[in-house]
Amino acid sequence: MAETTTHVAEPTRRDFLYIATGAAAAIGGATLVWPFVQSLAPDAATVAAGAPVEVDLAPIAEGQIVKVFWRGKLIFIRHRTPDEIKAAADVNVASLRDPQPDAARVKDGKAQWLVVYGNCTHLGCVPLGNSGEYNGWFCPCHGSVFDTSGRVRGGPAPINLPIPPYAFASDTKVIIGQEATA
Amino acid sequence: MSQHPTTYVPKSAFGRWFESRLPIAGLVHSSFVAFPVPRNLTYFWTFGAILSFMLVAQIVTGVFLAMYYTPNAGMAFQSVEHIMRDVNYGWLIRYLHANGASMFFIAVYLHIFRNFYYGSYKAPREVLYILGVIIFILMMATAFMGYVLPWGQMSFWGATVITNLFSAIPLVGETIVSYLWGGYSVGNPTLNRFFSLHYLLPFMIAGVVALHIWALHVPGQNNPTGIPIKSGKDAVPFTPYATIKDIFAVVVFLIFFAYWVFYMPNYLGHADNYIPANPAVTPAHIVPEWYFLPFYAILRAIPDKLGGVLAMGAAIVIWVFMPWLDTSKVRSTAYRPLYKQFFWVFVAVCLVLGWLGSRPAEGWYVIASQICTVYYFAHFLIVLPVLGFVERPLPLPNSILESVMGVQKGGAGMPAGANAEPQSKG
Repeated sequence: MAETTTHVAEPTRRDFLYIATGAAAAIGGATLVWPFVQSLAPDAATVAAGAPVEVDLAPIAEGQIVKVFWRGKLIFIRHRTPDEIKAAADVNVASLRDPQPDAARVKDGKAQWLVVYGNCTHLGCVPLGNSGEYNGWFCPCHGSVFDTSGRVRGGPAPINLPIPPYAFASDTKVIIGQEATA
Repeated sequence: MSQHPTTYVPKSAFGRWFESRLPIAGLVHSSFVAFPVPRNLTYFWTFGAILSFMLVAQIVTGVFLAMYYTPNAGMAFQSVEHIMRDVNYGWLIRYLHANGASMFFIAVYLHIFRNFYYGSYKAPREVLYILGVIIFILMMATAFMGYVLPWGQMSFWGATVITNLFSAIPLVGETIVSYLWGGYSVGNPTLNRFFSLHYLLPFMIAGVVALHIWALHVPGQNNPTGIPIKSGKDAVPFTPYATIKDIFAVVVFLIFFAYWVFYMPNYLGHADNYIPANPAVTPAHIVPEWYFLPFYAILRAIPDKLGGVLAMGAAIVIWVFMPWLDTSKVRSTAYRPLYKQFFWVFVAVCLVLGWLGSRPAEGWYVIASQICTVYYFAHFLIVLPVLGFVERPLPLPNSILESVMGVQKGGAGMPAGANAEPQSKG
């Protein structure tokens, strides 16, 4: 009896079973969390509804901003006037908060068409078109200012209005959600 | 509770039989009947009872609203109008619930500032106090999600702005936001889960409230002098003294509540929320409910997205550290002449922040918000720690009895801190 109490260092089969059972319970419990967390992610129907959408550009007059939705997100399609294009191009890119030349924000040869997400990059409000200091957009929520290229020029927004993936199917048709292949 | 062995003796045979199997009557007796409360408590100590009442009222009205409400993006707005127009007394139940949220916050802010003024957060009540901060955070989450349910313009855009706060988190922010939404934007899945959580959280609050009350019954209540109960003469039994006083305060509070419900039920809301949610149009001026305005002003004061979010979070989380940031050994501000002034400046700054939060984010409003935000944090990080060392507190009374009845047998007050409990001595 005295001998058994002095030998404490030797792991027994019981110790092994204890650790194995505990580990199985811990890993099993942690694994079970996974399906619950994943159920919070966008579901299959939502993903399917997020397929690319076609937009006809023909009815959009010069100077007009049209709002379309893709994946529940607002997108502005702006038919820019030559003045607006010039204003967007004549900017010292290095002076911008999120430096990006206007040419990088439109498709080659289609500078009149600006396609940007319509939610302010600060907290997601919808900026008002043709307003603000640069006559681009002005966000009424927290005062962010965007120029005619959708680049942030003032206020709390950290980055430019992002460009959604899109491609021109023809001169008067864009497919939003589809990456340009050519 | 555990410190107060009950003297309760069941009178009936059934009472004895039941008590030996579940001693709940004895627990209630020791906690809410025989429990000693300081004899000098003011009406500022009735807000715990008022808040408990409001929690129950919100749960009861909420359970009934859930019977008539439809948590679907296409039907939610209509179902709320259905409650207002068709359901018998639906208008009353909804106005009680919507205004009840505001009443809940009025009571909790008074409760919190009473705690700040009388140093109730100091040892030995730190855990009690931190549980209170947790309840407040749960209340904010519950109120926010509840405001989304009518699916009006403010509901939708409030949800968009607040969920987008999480996108400020580096790297994983966007993923977290899409998991909050259950989609690529605020939509039907978002409404469904908010409804589920809005129903769950009040019961979590009730659980933490039970812990809050339990933690309160270990040291007992603080009081306007901040000094502990030293003898039976300092205290009165909870029943009838505190019970009746609490009930009276609840009744007075209900009159105030009823005034809002019956005479200006929409005053605290926003007209924009009677316009159905429209993802293509932002209301000209997005404003949260009044009880979030000071924190909203802090969010907008920082000209950086992540910084603003962190500052807003820190504005609440900093409360948790108050028991250790405040270096003064004197609890009650009544005996802290210097701190008393800073306390009222702090109250004023919080009110001004609230007002600034309701203004558009432009011009001098932004600068004023920034100044107030700096002061808000300075109060916790500079005023509280420094005053404890430089302030000369007024002499404390020898006992609660003495503070109420005057000095009985001569003898001057003791130097500050001399009669502090052992656990709060440096």
